[in-house]
Amino acid sequence: MIELNYILIVSAIMMFAGIFGFLTRRSTLAILLSIELMLNSADINFAVFNRMLYGQSGNTEGFFFTLFSIAITAAESAIAIAIMVNIYRLIKDTSVDKLTKMKW
Amino acid sequence: MDYSQFLHMPEEASLLAVILILFLADLFMCKEPKDGETISQKPSAINVVAIGLLSIHTLINLLPCCNGCMQATEAFGGMYQHTPMMTVIKSVLNIGTLVVFLMANSWLRRPENIVKQGEFYLVTLFTLLGMYFMISSGHFLMFFIGLELASVPMAALVAYDKYRYESAEAGAKFILLALFSSALLVYGLSLIYGATGTLYYSSVGALFSGDTLLSVIGLTFFLSGMGFKISLVPFHLWTADTYQGAPTVVTAYLSVISKSSAAFVLFTVLVKAFAGDSLMAEWNTGLYWIIIASITLANIFAIQQQNLKRFMAFSAISQAGYIVLGIMGGTAQGMTSIVFYILVYMVANLGAFAVINVIEQNSGKIRIDDYDGLYETNPHLSFIMTLCLFSLAGIPPFAGMFSKFFIFMAAFNAGYHWLVLIALINTVLSLYYYLLIVKAMYIKKNEHPIAQFQSDGYTRAALVICTTGVVVLGIGGVFYNYIDTLSYGIDKMLGAL
Repeated sequence: MIELNYILIVSAIMMFAGIFGFLTRRSTLAILLSIELMLNSADINFAVFNRMLYGQSGNTEGFFFTLFSIAITAAESAIAIAIMVNIYRLIKDTSVDKLTKMKW
Repeated sequence: MDYSQFLHMPEEASLLAVILILFLADLFMCKEPKDGETISQKPSAINVVAIGLLSIHTLINLLPCCNGCMQATEAFGGMYQHTPMMTVIKSVLNIGTLVVFLMANSWLRRPENIVKQGEFYLVTLFTLLGMYFMISSGHFLMFFIGLELASVPMAALVAYDKYRYESAEAGAKFILLALFSSALLVYGLSLIYGATGTLYYSSVGALFSGDTLLSVIGLTFFLSGMGFKISLVPFHLWTADTYQGAPTVVTAYLSVISKSSAAFVLFTVLVKAFAGDSLMAEWNTGLYWIIIASITLANIFAIQQQNLKRFMAFSAISQAGYIVLGIMGGTAQGMTSIVFYILVYMVANLGAFAVINVIEQNSGKIRIDDYDGLYETNPHLSFIMTLCLFSLAGIPPFAGMFSKFFIFMAAFNAGYHWLVLIALINTVLSLYYYLLIVKAMYIKKNEHPIAQFQSDGYTRAALVICTTGVVVLGIGGVFYNYIDTLSYGIDKMLGAL
């Protein structure tokens, strides 16, 4: 059986790769992908903790959190992409460098 | 399953009924105007239905004895919790949403919005439902679902003006940062789950005794997620842009309802789930610096603003700092003063936004210079705006002074003397920029002032509610005492831990 630590390391790498992508990517869609990476790393954590640490006593909170989290993430992405489509219609671009009309 | 558990959640059930009826009504009532047909000035049916239903819902929940919600209950194995204080905060949110609906009317009447009026009401009520669940949550899953239900439709509201680029940009900034912060929050929750094996607030609170690394990381991620919702300073960067770009009505909703509910939830979760002594010291220290940064930086930025909505955004950040001041120490007195502060802040801020909105709808002007000489043409609006700004700044005869006083008292009694002193100095600073607007309206001369106009009936009703609130709420401390008698809920909560 794979040890808990290895999976946690994978999820931590995913999390911080997501944060790095969020901060450095210029395309809003790439930013959205990075956020998905972050959310999925948290889901992995929940599933793994539940499976390996707390599964014996019939505790399923972690699995349920994962399920709900996936559903909510899908809804969020739908709204975010709808807004991006609207921006593309208005300015024919979705790069964050162009979303600078309002600042300071 | 025991279906009688649903009786423990009367507010949610009633709001859900309102949403369903409104959904059906929207199908049949919201007709698209035919070509060449002008939009009549008489109220359209969906507005009346929405405002009427929400009024009924608000009134039912204001009658405290009829629904048995005056005792603390819980449902679904403790996932849903209820204390009398939560009824009060939900009623406060109801009244705020009602005022927002009233002032939304002139905006929804514009040609580009006339076909999607029903959507505005529905989406707003869905966010309100999310806030209800978030307030009453006893489990982090419930809290997370409520938080997302409150923030995902909010992005749709912010980007509601489809043909205006600023609105779309504001929506993009809001949704991306909301997703980022909720991702951090979920990661924090997963670490909390890993450390304790449970997500119930009470069990987490019991198991989190020391400040281990996992618990502190979990707390940090949680605080940053909530800091985003309340727009406290290190997490405030979205606020000004979103507030400026969003439709004014949505800005009002965002700055009052969304923020207040998040502040209330932050209090309950911190007190219940992060209740261990060393953890309590951790989050008190964190909040200490967050409050100082929020109040001071927001005041400095507010002074330089020329766009009135952007100005109100920084004012709202600074007010959020004052709200969070009541959380310090996690006392029952702090809880009472937070709810009272939210109530007063709500009427004052919504009143100011109602004036900004009606002027924007009638003249399209939004800059502070444009308000020069407003008193000459629209004396009543100027007067109401002045009352609301005085209340926000905390000038004595109005309610804002008392709410600030109670918040300071709670923080002082909790032992944060220096913090209260800094907050006091900032109150004086804030007086300066609030008075800049009053000066523009009353003293400055303008060659082309905003023309005189007659505001519509709905807006006037909203203004009457807000003005009454600003003047009456401070008198006699009746409201404060009423809220105080209910705060035994949190006492019990504190005692149990």
